[in-house]
Amino acid sequence: MSALHFATLTPFLLAILIPFLFKYIKRIHTGWFVLFIPLILFIYFLTFIPVTAAGETLMSSMAWVPSLGINFDLYIDGLSLLFALLITGIGTLIILYSVYYLDKRTEKLNNFYVYMLLFMGAMLGVVLSDNLIVLYVFWEMTSISSSLLISYWYYRDKSIYGAQKSMYITVFGGLSMLAGFSLIYIMAGTFSIQGIVANLEPVVNSPLLLPAMILVLLGAFTKSAQFPFHIWLPDAMEAPTPVSAYLHSATMVKAGIYLVARMTPVFGGNAEWFWIVTAAGLTTMIWGAVSAVRQKDLKAILAFSTVSQLGMIMSLLGAGSAAYYFGDGDNALYVTAIIAAVFHLINHATFKGALFMAAGIIDHETGTRDIRNLGGLLTIMPITATLSFIGLASMAGLPPLNGFLSKEMFFNAMTYITEYGIFGIETWTVILPVVAWIASIFTFLYCAIIFFRTFTGKFRPEKLETRHVHEAPIGMLVSPAILILLVVVIGLFPNILAYSLIEPAMRGILPGMIGAGEFFEVDIYHWHGFNIELMMTIGVVLFGSLLYMTMQKWSKLPFYHRENDVFNTVYDTGYEGLIKGSQFLTRIQMTGRLRDYLMYICAFAILLFIYTMLRFDAFVISTENLSGIDPYMWGLMLLLVASVIAVPFINNRITAIIVTGFAGFLVALMFTVFRAPDLALTQLLIETVSVIMLVLAFKHLPKLWKEKTRPMIKAPRLIISIGVGVMVTLGSISAFTLGGQAGYTGISEFFTENAKSLAGGYNIVNVILVDFRGLDTLMEVLVLGLAAIGVVSMIKLRFKGSEDV
Amino acid sequence: MELIIIILSGILIGASVYLILSKSVLRIIIGTSTLAHGVHLMLLTMGELKRGNVPVLDAEVSSYADPLPQALMLTAIVISFALTAFLLAVAIKTYRELGTDNVEEMKGVPHDD
Repeated sequence: MSALHFATLTPFLLAILIPFLFKYIKRIHTGWFVLFIPLILFIYFLTFIPVTAAGETLMSSMAWVPSLGINFDLYIDGLSLLFALLITGIGTLIILYSVYYLDKRTEKLNNFYVYMLLFMGAMLGVVLSDNLIVLYVFWEMTSISSSLLISYWYYRDKSIYGAQKSMYITVFGGLSMLAGFSLIYIMAGTFSIQGIVANLEPVVNSPLLLPAMILVLLGAFTKSAQFPFHIWLPDAMEAPTPVSAYLHSATMVKAGIYLVARMTPVFGGNAEWFWIVTAAGLTTMIWGAVSAVRQKDLKAILAFSTVSQLGMIMSLLGAGSAAYYFGDGDNALYVTAIIAAVFHLINHATFKGALFMAAGIIDHETGTRDIRNLGGLLTIMPITATLSFIGLASMAGLPPLNGFLSKEMFFNAMTYITEYGIFGIETWTVILPVVAWIASIFTFLYCAIIFFRTFTGKFRPEKLETRHVHEAPIGMLVSPAILILLVVVIGLFPNILAYSLIEPAMRGILPGMIGAGEFFEVDIYHWHGFNIELMMTIGVVLFGSLLYMTMQKWSKLPFYHRENDVFNTVYDTGYEGLIKGSQFLTRIQMTGRLRDYLMYICAFAILLFIYTMLRFDAFVISTENLSGIDPYMWGLMLLLVASVIAVPFINNRITAIIVTGFAGFLVALMFTVFRAPDLALTQLLIETVSVIMLVLAFKHLPKLWKEKTRPMIKAPRLIISIGVGVMVTLGSISAFTLGGQAGYTGISEFFTENAKSLAGGYNIVNVILVDFRGLDTLMEVLVLGLAAIGVVSMIKLRFKGSEDV
Repeated sequence: MELIIIILSGILIGASVYLILSKSVLRIIIGTSTLAHGVHLMLLTMGELKRGNVPVLDAEVSSYADPLPQALMLTAIVISFALTAFLLAVAIKTYRELGTDNVEEMKGVPHDD
């Protein structure tokens, strides 16, 4: 167990301490203790930067279930380090923010921080694991802890709804992903990602590649809220704001991005991968941006904006995966897409985290997040307003902030992606940049809506829940301020991260594209000259502003008021339908009637029998080798049949008992004819005792009554009885005939020959019962004894009133 | 002969199933015991009927009826008797406690989940 393993597991280990700290140290906010964990981890992960910047990677193994090839292997390269730094870095800021956001007197801080640490540990595990199964384990742990965090205020119905929804969707994806991983294992023979990448040959040539790809992508798309699985994210906004900021903007929703990036070396270079990822990303981007515009709740706008931005990163990763198609050389444009993806990933984490925190501050200080009630907060909350402005400007893609740079690179990638004309891309040449461009206009629009609706206009305190609206405490502003500072610094000096974070991350996504000792060229700069990207950005600003100016007009359209996503309706209807459907299924088979169940059993047995017999053509009948019939046997058999057939028609219980007894005695008579004296004796005795028993119980037995059954039930009942009779007859005849033809001699010879010599008895049946197969008899005695005890306890013991048996 | 007996036991079993599918507890119990008869006859038939003597060793006899099915059935008869006795006790008990012998009426409270 290395230091790296220890670092990954630290959040889990320390989560154990949190409830004690909360219980015994009441004076200090529990968050202060938690704060040190991500901080120390962040510093620890910073020490790896020189390693990955030099182009090296680190693998640290620990056996877990080595016999199944499941090992707790941790792998550090640029990609996982970038994510680890995001998780711990933003985690630190979020914990700091939550200390001020959550009140230590009224909130259940122990729950909150335990879930938070669970999530942090799980997330670190996801990004650092090299083993697919371990990755899956941590992946599901993030789903669980995320659901716990969403339902943190569990007494609210909406929180529970949101938590359930996110759970169902992400776990559905998680399970698909597990199936995909299993397929990969079948192809590659190992669970180690680096092992798979090192030996891609069997994977690439396998017919299972496409199913595995789709299944893995289902996992990534559900987690990263890609179209149409994005519906859980807006409902997850019921979580406390630090959770929304951390999980649903900066970290967890990027787990899918991480997975796609991590799997690019495996699946990249395929047309399917390229198209699925790019198309899903662009669809998500435009769908999220358009949906965001119609929202009235600050966090809902931000949620859809997250969806949209994640779609943008996803589409860039999809476009960049084409770099694999070329091997090396002619792939510079696709590499640009990967740079843009990584760069925007960092940028999005910074500004979106800050924006969520700002939304939380507004909520905290005014008591509402509805943009229709907010307004005029600019003079009241100047710091929050400034921070929001910078964050929103960056999200909208305005210079000189980091969002501008990544958006330029995005346009660049989408515009020039068509240059090589691979994967039938030339057919769709125009659509990709146009979709990207329109989505960006909507992005600009909702950024404008957030800012101007919240901070400008008229201040209407009567619509707010809190009386004295004022600026947030300084502690709450520290975290968003740091993130916004990053936004500006990265915006002004984009290349400070180029070779420390971005280039190593690209090596993680595109290993094998360059040799050892070589480096990707990462140079991000503001001024490209008057090219098409700049025109597109100017167009975005123009059209976005125009749309915002005319908002009065189009906000009357029904489009603006239909806040609910279509897919929510689909989800809800589907959910209801599943419940209704299973209830219906249960109702039609679980009738609560014994007769129905017996009919099902018999009907199934008959059908299975018929199928099997027909399938193997097993109906055999032969009249050879049969013994003759004595004439009196006919009389015996007719009597037996008549008495048994008569029983159902008898409506007098004493007659029924007598007729049943009569049938039993006839059977005894048959045993005599068939040379079975012991059987005849036993049958005679037992039938006598049975009749006596029935007569004894006579007084206690209910009267028989004529059953009035509808023909609807009577007919199937008759058919099934006859069916069972015929089935048994046919089966037995076939078995008998086949048994005669098989040529085996029975083992009874042995008993006959050795009854005297081995067991010292003349009666062979009795010798078998007590000597050769004495164990049967022992158990039979036990059965009889148990039945006796059962009868006694049934008759003797009494239950009180409504007491359950 | 064997075929005829097999058909006979088939009829017995069919009739028993018809009884078991009825509503009255007493008929169900009678059904189970006649079902046992049918099965026993069938078991016996499978070991070929009426070939040889009663399976008790005798110096003058060279061929015996198959003793193994007889031994198996002896066990089965006793067990089916035990079952009938227990079912009867259960029937008496339920009739006394619930006041009905109609299995359709012996239901839990519907939709109590």
